[in-house]
Amino acid sequence: MSATAVAPRLHGIRRRRGLVLAALLAAVCVAVVLSVTIGSKAVPLADAWRALTEPTGTENDIVIRSLRVPRTALGVLAGLALGVAGALMQGHTRNPLADPGLLGVTQGAAFAMVASIILLGAQSLLAYIWFGLAGALVASVCVFALGMVGGRGGPTPVTLALAGTAVSAFLYALTSAIVLLDEQAMDVFRFWQAGSVAGRGPDVVWQVLPFILVGLVLALVNAPGLNALSLGEDVARSLGQNIALTRSVGVTAVTLLTGAAVASCGSLAFVGLVVPHLARPLSGTDHRWLLPYSGLIGAALLLVSDVIGRVVAPSPGELEVGVVLALIGAPFFVALVRRRKPVRL
Amino acid sequence: MTTTTRTRAGASLPLRVAGLSWRVRPRGVAVTVGGLLALALLMALNMRLGDLPLGLGDVVRATFDPSVPEHFVVMELRLPRALTGALVGAALALSGAIIQSIARNPLASPEILGVTTGASVTVVAGVVMSGSVYGGVSGLFSALGIPALALLGGLAGAAIVYALAWRRGLDGYRLVLVGIGVAAVFTNVKFWLLTVGDVNDTGRAMVWISGSLNGRGWEHVVPVGLALAVLVPLTLLGTRSLDALRYGDDTVTALGVRVNLSRALMLLAAVLLAAVATASAGPIAFVALASPQIALRVVRCAQPPLLSSAVTGAVLATGADLIARTAFSPIELPVGVVTAVLGAPYLIHLIWRART
Amino acid sequence: MRLQAAGVTLGYGDRVVVDGLDLGIEAGTVTTIIGPNGCGKSTLLRALGRLLKPRGGEVLLDGKRIDAMPTREVAKVLGVLPQAPTAPEGLTVADLVARGRHPHQTWYRQWSSDDEGAVALALELTGLADLAERPLDELSGGQRQRAWISMALAQGTDLLLLDEPTTFLDLAHQVEVLELVRNLHQEAGRTIVMVLHDLNLAARYADRLVAMRGGRVVAAGAPHEVLTEELMREVFELDAKVIPDPVAGTPMVVPIRPLSRP
Repeated sequence: MSATAVAPRLHGIRRRRGLVLAALLAAVCVAVVLSVTIGSKAVPLADAWRALTEPTGTENDIVIRSLRVPRTALGVLAGLALGVAGALMQGHTRNPLADPGLLGVTQGAAFAMVASIILLGAQSLLAYIWFGLAGALVASVCVFALGMVGGRGGPTPVTLALAGTAVSAFLYALTSAIVLLDEQAMDVFRFWQAGSVAGRGPDVVWQVLPFILVGLVLALVNAPGLNALSLGEDVARSLGQNIALTRSVGVTAVTLLTGAAVASCGSLAFVGLVVPHLARPLSGTDHRWLLPYSGLIGAALLLVSDVIGRVVAPSPGELEVGVVLALIGAPFFVALVRRRKPVRL
Repeated sequence: MTTTTRTRAGASLPLRVAGLSWRVRPRGVAVTVGGLLALALLMALNMRLGDLPLGLGDVVRATFDPSVPEHFVVMELRLPRALTGALVGAALALSGAIIQSIARNPLASPEILGVTTGASVTVVAGVVMSGSVYGGVSGLFSALGIPALALLGGLAGAAIVYALAWRRGLDGYRLVLVGIGVAAVFTNVKFWLLTVGDVNDTGRAMVWISGSLNGRGWEHVVPVGLALAVLVPLTLLGTRSLDALRYGDDTVTALGVRVNLSRALMLLAAVLLAAVATASAGPIAFVALASPQIALRVVRCAQPPLLSSAVTGAVLATGADLIARTAFSPIELPVGVVTAVLGAPYLIHLIWRART
Repeated sequence: MRLQAAGVTLGYGDRVVVDGLDLGIEAGTVTTIIGPNGCGKSTLLRALGRLLKPRGGEVLLDGKRIDAMPTREVAKVLGVLPQAPTAPEGLTVADLVARGRHPHQTWYRQWSSDDEGAVALALELTGLADLAERPLDELSGGQRQRAWISMALAQGTDLLLLDEPTTFLDLAHQVEVLELVRNLHQEAGRTIVMVLHDLNLAARYADRLVAMRGGRVVAAGAPHEVLTEELMREVFELDAKVIPDPVAGTPMVVPIRPLSRP
């Protein structure tokens, strides 16, 4: 057999994918540098480096260490989380409309936050985030449980998506009822809803880090199984894939990633919706590549949007990252959809 | 990405009258008639309950006798409000059913056509920018201002989505994706506007965004009623092409349906329905998305049935308004808050029951 | 006996399709299941490939209960190609075939030289080496079917279950696919079970025919024993003449007319 003739070509495909991955990593690095140096107070790169390596307590050092670095770190984490979660969600539901908040995660977080304000008198950002995380996890578990009993032998994509939408709508209604009755809750809610990475200290980063790390690991573990599932459940089963297990791992990953991101940064689910559509033309349908690509594109997009939000608004004001993200991401997304034949799931 | 996979008991019977022939689903007819009865019951309750409870006899007398003091309450307050609710619910649900059929996606709703989101963002901009300094919703954005603003915003939103999605024809999939992008811009601008304004204005804007029937009069009933009177027969005529559309473009062309034209016309009808409804009562949440899904599960057919969806929407909105008006009296909730609280568990129940 | 169904009862929802069926598949044979539409052939194949759990009875793989074995271990021995499988749009042939290596991969070993060799060999065997980078949806029906078979080959199992591998193909492509199956059997000694609709091709390419009707096995054996004029009447309700195939000598069915139903 002259199998050797094909092997180099297979190598070529893999090398090309590796190169794209490197390019995306480089893009994230550039975005990180921009995010650390640009803002209402511009800090030269050399000063920024000095602030990190040998701080002397100058104003620049404080800006970099207590504001810019946590903000940038949170942006990277949230972007990675939402990009990966979006790709997972669309893969599992086989629905291009699926955003990572589909399982009720976003609305669960919102509801828990406003409920904690009026019922328990929660006051601090850190408290809101803990409640948000808890709400996100509980909502997602409920939706998955519903999908579980709703489908035949495990949750099917359609029942999962519908159950998620129904639970989200339910929670959103309760949230609106609360914020309409309570002014403080309304004030917290409207800023959370706009989505922002500003004003979060290092404590917030440490708070969400473990959730996002575990979520990312689970997502990568889930990728091969998702590849098998995308060929249909029969083929997946004949390839030796345990379908219920694959779905559960996927949903857990989406929940941890999205829950941590939206609890800390507000409703930025749009990142998760759009990014996989940007990544798919580069990666093809292989989730082992699609997930990392989506994560990196998500991180870069979120950071760049955040930087633009700092620059365009008259100082010292800022435009929330969620707004910038939509204003930049959406036209780009629409242009992409118009230009090429969209890749279907 | 199918709307649903269930087709059991989706049987249809031929119905021939004087040379005309249709096919009707007995179950669909039963559901529609049952829905209309439920609607009548809810409307009657809506007439009776409120700050001034009335007996059914009082209601009837007040309706026809202008000299009775309750005449004003029934004819100028309760009836127009209840009618607005029912009509808006029907229009939104019908719009949702059409869009879900064309997009072949159970998650689609008028939101992805830019209608409700476009209306929301213009109204929020109006409310926030006029500001409470001017004594609340006054001047430019008084009672007549907000519906006009919403109608304009809704139609403009749809026009933008449509224009961007059109490229040598209209692909359902591309339309959905473009719609998501445009809706995201509108929604996030709306979120931003809500953070800019005074918290009181935000609250008032939130009431409108949630969908409210508070203080709706005959001037709100007429436009929605007219739109439904014209568009319902037209969309029902289009049902056949809609049924065919779900098989994918190649099959449809082979079946002799002019794909682009019929799709464009049906979409236009969906846009108009949603825009008029939103202008009257705000984007009442969840009705457009859930009613078709509830109807198709109750009727047990593969596609959202148009007429049953519309009736489901009317029942949902009317029932929700009844609760919104009376449950926490004297505080009145926006009807959109209640539609989701009511509709979501029912949809979940239906999904749960469907397991076999 | 490689694969055995012992008194299996199969169904969907409330409906029982196959009731208490026994069937054994010998190692190194090509077995083809034939029967009219709705007789339960595909259902039986799905059960043999553990895609459908029997309500009663059991399926044994090498003498062990298949549903008690780890599904990944089964996947290393037994490959199933369901009827009309669907792939996500834009998936390339090479990617599809590579997914056949799924059961051999773990999270720490995503792509070994074994995987690469198996994929290259599967592409070569199915004559798809030149199409490796083409998206599946751009291929002809025959090429697409070969790509799916190629995926099943890359899985590297010596037992292959194929559900109507020739549907939607023209005669030339049907023969092409069945020649490929025969080569796999003759050169690599694989055991193959197929569901086919074309009786003449089934007779030509199978060592053993299994005729089903109403969820039961009516006849099983060598093609010339099974494919008789009585069987055509009994199983297919068809009045037919069975003559020797002028090329292969296997039985060939020439239909006359359907039996009028009582």
